[in-house]
Amino acid sequence: MDQHLLSIVLLTPLAGLLVLLFLPSGSKNLIRIWANLAFLAGFVVSLPLVFRFQTGLPGFQFEERADWIPTLGAHYHLGIDGISLLLVMLTTFMGVIATVVGWSAIQDRVKEYYAMFLILQTGMIGVFMSLDFFLFYIFWELVLVPMYFIIGVWGGPRKLYAAIKFFLYTLAGSVLMLLGILTLYFQHFQQFGFYTFEISELMKTGMSLNMQEWVFWAFFIGFAIKVPMFPFHTWLPDAHVEAPTAGSVILAAVLLKMGTYGFLRFSLPLLPKASADQTIVQILAVLSIIGILYGALVCLMQKDWKKLVAYSSVSHLGFCTLGIFSMNPNGIAGSVLQQVNHGISTGMLFMVIGVIYERRHTREISEYGGLAHVMPKFAIIFAIAMLSSAGLPLLNGFIGEFTIMQGAFEASRTWAAFAVPGVILGAAYLLWLYQRTMLGQVTNGKNLTIPDMNFREVAMFVPLIAMAVWIGVYPKPFFDVLRQPVTEIVERVHPGYFNGSQPQPALARAGAQAGDAR
Amino acid sequence: MIESFYSGTDHFSIVPALMMALFGCAILLFDFLIFPDPRQRKWLLIFVVLAEGFTGYGLIKQMRWIADNGMALTAFDGSIQVDDFSIYFNWIFLIAALIVAVVSYRYLENAGEHHGEYYSLILFAQCGMYFLATGADLVTLFVGLELMALSFYVMVGFLRTEKRSNEAALKYLLLGAFSSGFLVYGFSILYGITGSTRLVDIVSAIASRHSPDPVVYLALITTSVGLLFKIAAAPFHMWAPDAYEGAPTTVTAYLSVASKAASFAFLVRLFYGPLAPFAAVRDVWAPILAVIAVITMTVGNLAAINQSNVKRLLAYSSISHAGYILLGLVAGNETGIKGIEVYLMVYTFMNLGAFLVLVALRRQKIIGDEMDDLSGLMKKSPGYAVLMLIFLMSLAGIPPTAGFLGKYYIFWSLIEAHQYTLAVIATLYAAVAIYYYFRIVKSMFVGELREKAPMATSFGMRVALAVSGVMTLAIGIYPEPLLKLAKESLLK
Repeated sequence: MDQHLLSIVLLTPLAGLLVLLFLPSGSKNLIRIWANLAFLAGFVVSLPLVFRFQTGLPGFQFEERADWIPTLGAHYHLGIDGISLLLVMLTTFMGVIATVVGWSAIQDRVKEYYAMFLILQTGMIGVFMSLDFFLFYIFWELVLVPMYFIIGVWGGPRKLYAAIKFFLYTLAGSVLMLLGILTLYFQHFQQFGFYTFEISELMKTGMSLNMQEWVFWAFFIGFAIKVPMFPFHTWLPDAHVEAPTAGSVILAAVLLKMGTYGFLRFSLPLLPKASADQTIVQILAVLSIIGILYGALVCLMQKDWKKLVAYSSVSHLGFCTLGIFSMNPNGIAGSVLQQVNHGISTGMLFMVIGVIYERRHTREISEYGGLAHVMPKFAIIFAIAMLSSAGLPLLNGFIGEFTIMQGAFEASRTWAAFAVPGVILGAAYLLWLYQRTMLGQVTNGKNLTIPDMNFREVAMFVPLIAMAVWIGVYPKPFFDVLRQPVTEIVERVHPGYFNGSQPQPALARAGAQAGDAR
Repeated sequence: MIESFYSGTDHFSIVPALMMALFGCAILLFDFLIFPDPRQRKWLLIFVVLAEGFTGYGLIKQMRWIADNGMALTAFDGSIQVDDFSIYFNWIFLIAALIVAVVSYRYLENAGEHHGEYYSLILFAQCGMYFLATGADLVTLFVGLELMALSFYVMVGFLRTEKRSNEAALKYLLLGAFSSGFLVYGFSILYGITGSTRLVDIVSAIASRHSPDPVVYLALITTSVGLLFKIAAAPFHMWAPDAYEGAPTTVTAYLSVASKAASFAFLVRLFYGPLAPFAAVRDVWAPILAVIAVITMTVGNLAAINQSNVKRLLAYSSISHAGYILLGLVAGNETGIKGIEVYLMVYTFMNLGAFLVLVALRRQKIIGDEMDDLSGLMKKSPGYAVLMLIFLMSLAGIPPTAGFLGKYYIFWSLIEAHQYTLAVIATLYAAVAIYYYFRIVKSMFVGELREKAPMATSFGMRVALAVSGVMTLAIGIYPEPLLKLAKESLLK
């Protein structure tokens, strides 16, 4: 069983889909129950990964490998390390939550709705497990079409515009990334005489810095659009605002992480020279910082509740990419943890919006005010979600942001100095949002009669809050899992980082230049 | 007795073509003699199926012969050359002809033009394609091309009572004749400078001339113009949207797939490999073809964006696909030729599939090829909508469908040839293509259901759609057998 564990986790949603297709489309509750069971099963079969994962082992675990297309050198090769473990678990976990979210919100074309989510789930899990670039690319693209439909069919008033914008943006990025992959693939062939898409094989390819930089930028466009990094973020607010709640939850919690994961799994280890190049690192760090500050500032301006949370994603993902490009253990580990955190806290924020939207069918912040009097349970849950996103100590956001700032500080004090206002602004826009919607007197008569959250709605928040508190109070298990893979990445990009003197990246660069000059 | 017919050399090399021609004539006779009632005419399909069966058997025998003897089968004093390359393309023609024939009867009945000669024309056109793929002599090639083109001129105008069909046929005929003129002009120059019509002699004669040789360039240009017309590459694409839109949809499907594949087989023969007269002047034509490919992709993709008629949209999309396939020739390496082969096979299934859905939309008194006719298809016939989605995803090149493989090979060959700029342009147009293909998807899945008349299905339609759909997915998920076949079918 153990050697096929990953395949089982990957294929459970597809098996669920297969049965779903044979259910009569008229019986909506049957379909709902089945879809929820399928996602629950997906989560349950992924739990053994946590218990059997051996912390501290180098390389990948639960590996599965079979020839797939020998002519192209593509394999069915799955495996996970600490980073993928966290993201796979996040995916299966958020999958369960997101299906519960859609229970009553979706009344139309229920069967197709869940079918799309099941395909999406397979694609996302596959992305985090693939150790073969071709397989990765297939899964990477597989998520596009279901997400297009989720936004385009069940979305808000401008759904079609948002859906095609999301599709075009991400597809343009991924086809350019494909060219990067092919360049790397061909370089490997020229050096070794056989074609392969195995990541471990491609890592052996020797390339000049110039070539690495080109490939790096090709990958960058693919991943940066997905994250999304400034200035490629414009699809995100549209997609988030128009998507149904569950779509937004999955989009924020998991889909965006595919981009950051791509940087960690592919850009850094495959192109270490380009990744260590100071010009590239500086550009990316600056883009991350712009993303952090710009996202936060735009949040302050928003009149639309959901758009505000969407832009806050741009800001938070800026922290994640800043952590990655700090290229030190703290930065990267913090980044991965923050990705999980963002999934949990932004997921909660979107669910909060979903709850209120189902009652009032508007997302204008000015329509609300003083909701805490009418909906006390809702107020408490929203408070926790908001504080977790704002980075209050003892909740998850704090740990992630703090570790990233440590890493950024270690890499460059300037970066840290510019990123810190992002944290403050983050607290500002979230607290202000809370104040405007929840506190004070009820200003709008329509808000007086709305019911508080029901049992299902509270229940779907409980596991997320539990996770937020767990990470906030005792993050050690997470960092333990991350230590080994993060060490490997840092060692790959900055060889000798862990031996004694810990050269600063700037110094390492001076040394390298001296070496080149000789 | 049959066994002895499928061996030997001379007639063995053209057995498949003979079968098509014989059965084509048989249909003409039997249509007249035993099926005076139009409703019985669908039984003529038996002849088509038999013809394709014997053709397929012949192709398998030829494959065996080539494998056993380790060489190409040449016959008729070197004017026919059957090799793995030609057989690969003949499989494409066979698949296309069979699928188109099988879905046609319901369509033609609905259009009120069900006549037996339609099936003979399909076979005659395929017979012409056979000689395009196997010909090794300018005269054979030209006769093949004309046989194919003449059959298509008639088929495009098959809906005699419809104005657009007549207009399409006339346009196609005039421009086609014009392009054939160019082609023959090029051939005559080739004959003039070499004194032979056999490709082998022409190759050696050109090699012995010292370059640069303006006469060779003149032959190159005129021949290319003729051929680019046939594959509808810009700026010689003008006929395609009109012809595609006006022709009966089944004919459009056949024209866009089989005729294009045959012309590409011809093009590759003349530009690449041991029998190619123009292989020696690659440095001249490669950049020109690169520019033409880019213009073709630009015209095809940009013009498709605004089309409201789905047939016309698919016509422009097929122009842009021709641009992609040309890039394989521009790259000029083995991967590129493999890419052309893979792309054309994949294109056969996905493009036929997309047109088949339009064929099923043609009902009595409903033309059914406007974007609005597809609106809300998911509510009416989810099966058709999902299949159409698969075909459109494949045309757009999204994995895990077969179309991705075709694009993948083209990109790969460009990277191998260090043509990075072309590769970037080609990839960006792949993103543009998403936009117009997904306009159809949007209409099918999000649009309101406008008219409730059921789809015109038939047994043949269901089988053909299932085959195209399954192949489009199967090649996308497990392409190994096809890729192997393409690898073995390179020009040697």
